[in-house]
Amino acid sequence: MSAARESAAALAAEFGPAVLRRSESCGDTIVSVTRERAHAMLQWLKDTPNQDFDYLTDVTAVDYRDPGQPLEVVYQLRSLRRKVDLRIKIPLDKSGDLIVDSVWDLWKGADWLEREVFDMFGVTFAGHPDLRRILMWETYTEGFPLRKDFPLRGHYSRAEQTRQALAANPEAHYSMEVLSIAAASDDLPDDMLERLAAGERGEVR
Amino acid sequence: MGLKSTGPGASERTEGGVLSTVSTLSPNFVTTRLDFLANWARSNSLWPMPFGTACCAIEFMATAASRFDLSRFGMERMSFSPRQADVLICAGRLPFKLAPVIRRIWDQMPQPKWAISMGACASSGGIFDTYAMVQGIDTIIPVDVYVPGCPPRPEGLMYGIMLLQKKIKGESLADLSLRQEMLLNPDGLFLPPEEIDELSEPFGNSVHQTRST
Repeated sequence: MSAARESAAALAAEFGPAVLRRSESCGDTIVSVTRERAHAMLQWLKDTPNQDFDYLTDVTAVDYRDPGQPLEVVYQLRSLRRKVDLRIKIPLDKSGDLIVDSVWDLWKGADWLEREVFDMFGVTFAGHPDLRRILMWETYTEGFPLRKDFPLRGHYSRAEQTRQALAANPEAHYSMEVLSIAAASDDLPDDMLERLAAGERGEVR
Repeated sequence: MGLKSTGPGASERTEGGVLSTVSTLSPNFVTTRLDFLANWARSNSLWPMPFGTACCAIEFMATAASRFDLSRFGMERMSFSPRQADVLICAGRLPFKLAPVIRRIWDQMPQPKWAISMGACASSGGIFDTYAMVQGIDTIIPVDVYVPGCPPRPEGLMYGIMLLQKKIKGESLADLSLRQEMLLNPDGLFLPPEEIDELSEPFGNSVHQTRST
């Protein structure tokens, strides 16, 4: 029995009915789990000494073409010490709320990965410290581009897309906190603080 | 060329081998048209502002490097500051997220200025007829020369540059409309909305891209 299959079996023994399905595909072991227990399971996989999945390779999601199929949030885990990969999937009913618990508290690398899933699929990660769009600009209102019900060219006309894009303020993406001068903010003059808060786009003459 | 000065003393040398240009040719003058002089100077000292976003930028770098040597056309200096640039070369696809950025750079460039749209994506969106991509940078800024190709070879870009030089040499200083800033309209667009929609219409293979429901 492969190490990944053993981990899947141990997970099923530990959490019982919260494990919905175990399967193998192309040599990868895949475990489908319920949304409610997913965080506890991932924590167990990370912290149990003989499991030791210390590296979160990827967080992504899959929206299947069949509208009856659930949307799946996928966690790809790896144990660097044991050299074992394991894939955890959380099926979410598309008619309900798309909310799962953030694993940012377990793996800090989940931060941007979860932001990307939120940006592209609209899955909300409860407990994420900074859940903003990451690829599309923050004022983007057309929806979630990788959903199957999202038209390839977007919902709006090209003129409207262009107008919204040109109205975006590229500087406003950076808050005071992420700027390196934030530490010196007390020493900055008031007008500069104002400009930093508003972004620097002024009238072009 | 109207600038060539020839005279009987042009190649005379003194015994010491030093050119006696000053004593034999001075005082001297040339006659030319002001348009010609200004355009000659402008077209042969174009400083490019490279706006490289994708694979076209690699080809642009090859054009600037020693084998093709963009310096031969007076593009000696890449101007990574828009304030010192004459020609914006958009080399690569432009996503909507970068639209305000290229618009800002274009607005920051002083007149006289020109724009080259390098490659299929910059000119028309190319294969990326998607929600994220500007369908041709001419919906964002005015473009003088379009260079086709995916990506264009350095020869293609150089041909585009020579076309631009030819265009500049045909300009007139008296025509102030050429130097008019084309800012965004009050509705936040550079072109009328209908025109942007028309320019962005799917064409070629992308008319079949209707797979999303």
